[in-house]
Amino acid sequence: MKLMEGSEAIAEASIAAGCRFFAGYPMTPFTELLEHFAKRLPEEHGVCINAESELEAVGMAWGALATGARAATGSTGQGLSLMQESFSEITLAELPLVIFNMARGQQDYFQSTRGGGHGDYRHIVLAPMDIGEAVELTQLAFHLADKWRTPVLVYGDYLLAHVQEAVDITPVAFPDLPPKEWALDGTKTGTGASRIVSPLGFDKAGRPSEGIENHLRAIVEKQERIAAEEVRVESGFTDDAETVIVAFGPPGKFVKYVVQQLRAEGEKIGYVRPITLWPFPTDAVAEASEDTARVGVFEICAGQMIDDVRLSVLGRAPVTFIGGISTDGSGFGVGPLLDVELIRERILALHHDEPMPALPHNERQF
Amino acid sequence: MTSVEMRQVGHKLPELLLTQEHHMCPGCGEPLALRGYLEAISELGLSDRTIGVAGIGCYTSFSMSMDIDLVQALHGRAPSVATGVKRMRPDSIVFTIQGDGDMVNEGLQEVLHTAARGENVTCILLNNGVFGETGGHMTATSVIGQRTKNSLDGRDAAYHGYPILIGDLIAQLQGAAYVARGSVHNAGAVARTKRMFKRAFQAQERGEGFTFVEVLTMCPTGWFIPTLDGPEYMNDTLGEVHIMGELKVDGVVRSTEELHEENVRKAAEMEHALARGGIDDHHD
Repeated sequence: MKLMEGSEAIAEASIAAGCRFFAGYPMTPFTELLEHFAKRLPEEHGVCINAESELEAVGMAWGALATGARAATGSTGQGLSLMQESFSEITLAELPLVIFNMARGQQDYFQSTRGGGHGDYRHIVLAPMDIGEAVELTQLAFHLADKWRTPVLVYGDYLLAHVQEAVDITPVAFPDLPPKEWALDGTKTGTGASRIVSPLGFDKAGRPSEGIENHLRAIVEKQERIAAEEVRVESGFTDDAETVIVAFGPPGKFVKYVVQQLRAEGEKIGYVRPITLWPFPTDAVAEASEDTARVGVFEICAGQMIDDVRLSVLGRAPVTFIGGISTDGSGFGVGPLLDVELIRERILALHHDEPMPALPHNERQF
Repeated sequence: MTSVEMRQVGHKLPELLLTQEHHMCPGCGEPLALRGYLEAISELGLSDRTIGVAGIGCYTSFSMSMDIDLVQALHGRAPSVATGVKRMRPDSIVFTIQGDGDMVNEGLQEVLHTAARGENVTCILLNNGVFGETGGHMTATSVIGQRTKNSLDGRDAAYHGYPILIGDLIAQLQGAAYVARGSVHNAGAVARTKRMFKRAFQAQERGEGFTFVEVLTMCPTGWFIPTLDGPEYMNDTLGEVHIMGELKVDGVVRSTEELHEENVRKAAEMEHALARGGIDDHHD
């Protein structure tokens, strides 16, 4: 075990998973992840490029992926906004991109799960609650990206990026994957069997081409298979719970802790923590809401995942938002709402049908 | 148009072409440029290690017809994609193909940064001064006075701004090793442009840094002129602003005036050679 900052642990887990290419552009709170890749990848005979913009960073990763390398990029949600066009097209090109979002709070749920880009695409989103889980899920991200030939986004935040935990970067063993016969090395050029990596559904002249319509349908069918097979979720105390709280990421860990405390005090409260945000654990949330009186959703934003919770609960119980926008003075970091006592008050207010306490205000503003 | 005897400058189909069919309009200059770089690659013996990256424009259909391992990139983004390819496959020869709308409008910073970084890739620009695929709209390289569908009375500097001479701009960057601007308006220019492709690929092979070949290509459809007038119109309009020649060789940047003088001299030599009955393919 080694005491490690989240950014360092995620970079090390990526390298353990075989990532040899990273390109990024500095932005708080993502910057330290770029710093660690910049320091470590050359030592591993890899490449980290300090891209001149987010648009260029994702393009560089795209090129590296096309050669069969394990490659990643990342930013905060603001920077990822600039990359959305490429995420959509990389999904259609079926390239295994890993994306890290060291987000400013949880305001990027829609961006991550709905996609800010054009088209019908979805990609996998993994949301670790702490650094230990991030080490596992980062490695899983590279595996799932290759397994499904699709982008996988790891959703972190300021806390995950900057807090230190004692972790082991133990390489996770995954089932073998088929060789990347689609990857380009130039050796097929001039042989009549040259390859094309394209989002457009075209093959080389003279070969049967599926065409764009069939290609788009095939991508959607693949997404349906991913949705059926790759859901990951943690639930606790939901069997007899009168109140179920849904939360993800580091705030999900806070909620889990508070619910465990309240259970110890005899309150019939349970929790559901989605680990995959897409595919969303619809069945687990539906099941938890089956015999419960109310469902609460705690997010550090104005309420985005609550849409998916409502689509899962489908009216079996009232769904109430108990989170809110909360940030430090800079807008980048952790706000006062991420606090065990305040979360406890809000869960209990919901549980006892009492008025929700006002959101705390950050007293230090720039 | 100068009255010269038409001569065949190539003798066979390019080895790196899967099909002769294409969807270009009659009089399009892009297939001529395509032939030039495909022949350059195979004649240099680089076929078994070349990877292409294509942008989005009329030439995107070449992605399917070229017998080249290829990544299809987004509009404007090919130089960054090529960067990722080359960094992971440093022994490959990596080139991009983009139009002026793709490179100089949408993705200007991409090509400039890639050049400045001295990425060891070759970027090819097919410059016809117009968005051909959308049907003839003004680009950042359209010349003053050029009529397009969204500059109906001609490009007006006061209203639309000035064209970017992208080759000249790139030549100024330290990371750029070789920068040239060719054309396909006549047989001599086609042959000269092919030599530029070869020099660019050879410089990449030697690891000298970023290499760039811009090619002026006819687009009679997008210019709203008779097909057969394409070459002469291009030479008289785009060719008078985007001057053909080698803009940077061995780190030495050459001015527009120098290139002008050189072109006048070469034209005279060409007339002389044609009168003599042949073009010396090794002469430049």
